[in-house]
Amino acid sequence: MTETLDLSVFVKRAGGLAHMDLAVEGVGCAGCIRKIETGLKQLPGVVDARLNFTNRRLAVDWRPDELEASAVVDALERIGYHAHPFEPQRAESDEARTARKLLMALGVAGFAAMNIMLLSVSVWSGNVSDMTQETRDFFHWLSALIALPAAAYAGQPFFRSAWRALRTRALNMDVPISLGVLLALSMSLYETATHAPHAYFDSAVMLLFFLLCGRYLEHAMRQRTRAVAGNLAALKAEVAHRFDMSGEDLGGEVVMVPVAALKPGDRLLVRPGERVPADGTVISGSSDIDESLVTGETMPRKVTAGETIYTGSLNHSGALTMRVTAAGEGTLIDEVERLLEKASSARSRYLRLSDRAARLYAPLVHTTAALTLLGWLVAGASIHDSIITAIAVLIITCPCALALAIPTVQVVASGTLFRSGVILNAGDAIERLAEADIVIFDKTGTLTLPEPRVENAETFAPELLEHAARLALSSRHPLAQALAREARVRTPIAGAVEEPGQGVRAIIEGSEARLGSAAFCGVAEVADSQSDVSSIVFTHAGRRAVFAIRQRLRVDAVAVVRDLLASGLDVRILSGDRVSAVEPVAATLAVTDWQGGLKPADKIAAIEQLKACGKRVLMVGDGLNDAPALAAAHVSMSPISAAHIAQTQADAVFLGERLAPVLHAVTTARRARRLMQQNLWLAVVYNAIAVPVAIAGFVTPLIAAAAMSGSSILVTLNALRVRARSTRVDAP
Amino acid sequence: MNVLVYLVPMALLLGLTGLAAFMWSLSSGQYDDVDGAALRILDNDDIETSSEC
Repeated sequence: MTETLDLSVFVKRAGGLAHMDLAVEGVGCAGCIRKIETGLKQLPGVVDARLNFTNRRLAVDWRPDELEASAVVDALERIGYHAHPFEPQRAESDEARTARKLLMALGVAGFAAMNIMLLSVSVWSGNVSDMTQETRDFFHWLSALIALPAAAYAGQPFFRSAWRALRTRALNMDVPISLGVLLALSMSLYETATHAPHAYFDSAVMLLFFLLCGRYLEHAMRQRTRAVAGNLAALKAEVAHRFDMSGEDLGGEVVMVPVAALKPGDRLLVRPGERVPADGTVISGSSDIDESLVTGETMPRKVTAGETIYTGSLNHSGALTMRVTAAGEGTLIDEVERLLEKASSARSRYLRLSDRAARLYAPLVHTTAALTLLGWLVAGASIHDSIITAIAVLIITCPCALALAIPTVQVVASGTLFRSGVILNAGDAIERLAEADIVIFDKTGTLTLPEPRVENAETFAPELLEHAARLALSSRHPLAQALAREARVRTPIAGAVEEPGQGVRAIIEGSEARLGSAAFCGVAEVADSQSDVSSIVFTHAGRRAVFAIRQRLRVDAVAVVRDLLASGLDVRILSGDRVSAVEPVAATLAVTDWQGGLKPADKIAAIEQLKACGKRVLMVGDGLNDAPALAAAHVSMSPISAAHIAQTQADAVFLGERLAPVLHAVTTARRARRLMQQNLWLAVVYNAIAVPVAIAGFVTPLIAAAAMSGSSILVTLNALRVRARSTRVDAP
Repeated sequence: MNVLVYLVPMALLLGLTGLAAFMWSLSSGQYDDVDGAALRILDNDDIETSSEC
């Protein structure tokens, strides 16, 4: 049975050339770029290879008649790098385009702001010295010439968003921004035409420049986390063994294909030790499969022909032939998808803090401006002066600081989280994380490690353990693989023979060693003390060891749960696993409120009940069965090992083997929220001082410019404080 | 002060040249891989004659 990896699904053809994008692991220095690029260019047929060091991606172009796609991956493997082909997400390329547009707008606004300021400073100093009216008008017209096209171009992101909001009869922060900018520009134009001493071109353009800085930073951060998330997904992507379509029954040739290439109807071979690559039904064979990633149940389930198996289940003992199916009636997948649909539609559109602020702020500002106009008219001022003062109020209250107050904090906070191994999926996840008052954990794979570990390793002699672990390296059985993780030397023992479904044997130091089931090792059957413990036996030179293997808690789970409780959060466990398996975990973690044996619908019901009591739920889960609960919760997190469907529903994904990122995310989010509120208050204080001055009619362009940049810089500096005191948690 | 009539537009023109250069660098993808650019400069493949790997 020959195996070739068929990567054609990732290859794009254009103009006689084939193109493929790969995520490359282990790129760390300047030498890597050169090694990879020159190494690939030496292959016959490769036209271009370029590694993007920022997002660790490689783009390769080659002539398809001279080279196979898999040869590229093989060549990289020879040079020493694992590469995983992937399909760039549509959303990612859209974001790259938006980022480029924002950067262009930023460039234009920056150019305009600098040049107008150059002219404005001359006018301000000229107004108090000996500038002639002609010179001032000339400078004002020049400013208008720069400001109008620049604002028309650079203001587009704000104008568009404001227009969209107004069309749906809503208010967002972009409405007062757009109004302020447009009014400032038109008033300045009128003042210029009437030879007046003051024009506000600089304020309008500078405002756009500051706001674009905030927008761009926010966007760049999101783009970066998305690229990392995309790479992780590519790195995780597995291959499936597919029977060639031409082959009949079991006789067909097996081809390795990426999971992305699977279609309903394909027949697959799932060997022991492999994960089930797609949902489907078993055609032939029987095995025990571990569905902990699917249902949270840690006891393996026996499957035979005709039964449904799910993506992510681990095949323990026998080879299975399966047929890929689309979601069928009455299957777990079907139920999960139905629940998901309901949960996502029920999830009320969360109103961001900045939008809530805008709802209060915009009407207030506009009423103040209108009242100023009326007040001055009643007091007997001319119509022209009254309008000018009212517009000055709008300009000075234009929420530069307010619009920067929240994005800057978000950018700094998500950067801090990113470095500690938390990748945010949703823009408003930080705000929602900060509001959570109850944390619900799933047990299997979330509180516990996704892979089982040897529990009683320290009770054996180190040399016995080492022999057993190295022998285990030769086996694909999940229990053996758990044992193999204990091996210090990672080279398998030479001449080891695997007896499928029974165990491995080899000659170590002159005598036979066996590792596997009790029967295979010739010892009496060992009774498992607890139902969720599996054992594997090792015999060598008359010595015998029984390794207990179970899913262990994440090393810092106890401490994290304690700290979460200490920070005022309620902690609960909702698990799909048996009650008897959940109980000891809850006891170890000192969690009093727990439930086991829950179905996906039960988890949602529990969350809905808490929501009805006004609680904000942070759901942390990894299984397919958790996906609807993740969508229903106020905010949700998943470990990186989670099922794909769960990860797409989660607001944040955390890396590594520790639970600490959950605690870190909550504390950082809370600090960020405090700073956002502080920033909003700073903006309020600024307005409290500036608005009376504007209403009184004392605002000159110089005061407007100083006030605006002063408040913007203040909130930006304040936002940087999110980083202070943040502890660095080691990401893998 | 008549000198301003051509000095100021000239200054603007110079500024615009800078802006055009920025736009060009942006559209030619020079900001796509900023970390890589910092490292590629260390690579002295331009003075090597034959490949050594």
